[in-house]
Amino acid sequence: MEKHQDAIQELQQHTGVNVNRCYQCGKCTAGCQLADEMDFSPSLLMHMLQTRDEELFQQLLHSKSIWLCVTCENCVSRCPMQINIPEIMDYLRELSAKEHKVNIESRNIVAFHRAFLDSIKFTGRLFEIGLIAGYKARTFRLTQDVELAPKMYSRGKLPLMPEMIKDKKGVANLFSRTLAK
Amino acid sequence: MKKVGFYPGCSLKGSASEYNASVLALAKAFDLELTEISDWNCCGATAAHSMNKELALSLSARILALAEKDGMKEIVVPCAACYNRLSVVQHQLNNDAALKERISDMIKMPISGNLQILNVMQMIDKFVVERLEEKVTSAFTKKVACYYGCLLVRPHDILKFDRVEDPQSMDILMKKAGAETIDWAYKTECCGAGFSVSRTDIVAKLSGNIVKDAADRGAEAIIVACPMCQSNLDMRRPQINEYLKAKINIPVLYITQAIGLAVGLSAEEVGLKKHFVPAEFA
Ligand code: SF4
Ligand code: SF4
Repeated sequence: MEKHQDAIQELQQHTGVNVNRCYQCGKCTAGCQLADEMDFSPSLLMHMLQTRDEELFQQLLHSKSIWLCVTCENCVSRCPMQINIPEIMDYLRELSAKEHKVNIESRNIVAFHRAFLDSIKFTGRLFEIGLIAGYKARTFRLTQDVELAPKMYSRGKLPLMPEMIKDKKGVANLFSRTLAK
Repeated sequence: MKKVGFYPGCSLKGSASEYNASVLALAKAFDLELTEISDWNCCGATAAHSMNKELALSLSARILALAEKDGMKEIVVPCAACYNRLSVVQHQLNNDAALKERISDMIKMPISGNLQILNVMQMIDKFVVERLEEKVTSAFTKKVACYYGCLLVRPHDILKFDRVEDPQSMDILMKKAGAETIDWAYKTECCGAGFSVSRTDIVAKLSGNIVKDAADRGAEAIIVACPMCQSNLDMRRPQINEYLKAKINIPVLYITQAIGLAVGLSAEEVGLKKHFVPAEFA
């Protein structure tokens, strides 16, 4: 496992966000529709980063908050300092997954992301049946939404075969050069 | 026929096939031919940028580079989420030469970064609106709630499209098609986005609040411009109604369907029969 010398400095370098600019006005949290569900609200997350406390940083990597953020960009558009919280969320998510620190309750969200990416990796495009199958295989939620698929199919909303692109190898390469690193 | 590039994105090939049909039918009715980018791939959506930034950049960059290779100067991107991803990535690459070089090397193609990326409202503004009013044969005289969602207008400094808190572009177009648009509170609030499968409870709650406000203010239809918004508000209606403990049956139409109907396209041509919450307007 990686050791963070100065994790916050690294975060700032990668995201271009200066966490010290946040003055805790709370507008981000007030506008965040997911804040209710989060363990640390967006403004609290900013405050935790400002402390530069390694322990608190680890708590964020293990938090539900980072996986609940849907990148709606409401916080950054309302922030008086234009602090890019979604960019920070992306950074923390990537690190959390890489270091196997994903919050237990958020594992199905991550499973969905992984199933989504798998589908692109193999066909170049999202194949919805493959996505759902991959998600179910990862989460064992075998019976979820069973009534939805036939309804979608009958409306021509669920092709049974994936649309493959020609340059599948080129796309698969992007995965092996980034995600697998 | 004027030819313009087209990035349908994955959902228009699957769960949002009626969006695809109505975009193409509307374009055709206004002498616009949309040509798909050759061998386009998925933009990676939320999954890619949540898991790996370089992957997310590369997936979108490949699409942009392919469009450029096809000689396209502008591309129409009807899905709000894809539109947001492609625009944000182009902006990030254009503002960081080293990053652009790295990503260009990754996808093994040059990227100039000069593409004009148009969302569906911009497409209508550019190619349809001029002749819209004269072509309206069966005005869409309904009271509608124009729902923009998050990704069409934010982040403003990059997209530079409409106002962030109370956008107007969709309202203006719908009025030209004959509709009355309501003032409401949830225009740009989030529908729960990609949580449809992994956190259906959150989608039921967030989308439920949207549907309820539209209903409370007397809307007869909700108009959208994003497949994710449409499927959350439409396909998840059973869960929404369960959350609201009410039976709200307002249909959710794509803007291209509503405007298509107004200019005389049939319910079939705009894919109106594919909705889960029945939409009977024709
Ligand atoms: S809105 Fe901006 S300044 Fe205010 S608390 Fe949130 S991040 Fe800090
Ligand atoms: S981007 Fe994330 S943190 Fe910001 S308002 Fe949206 S959900 Fe909340």
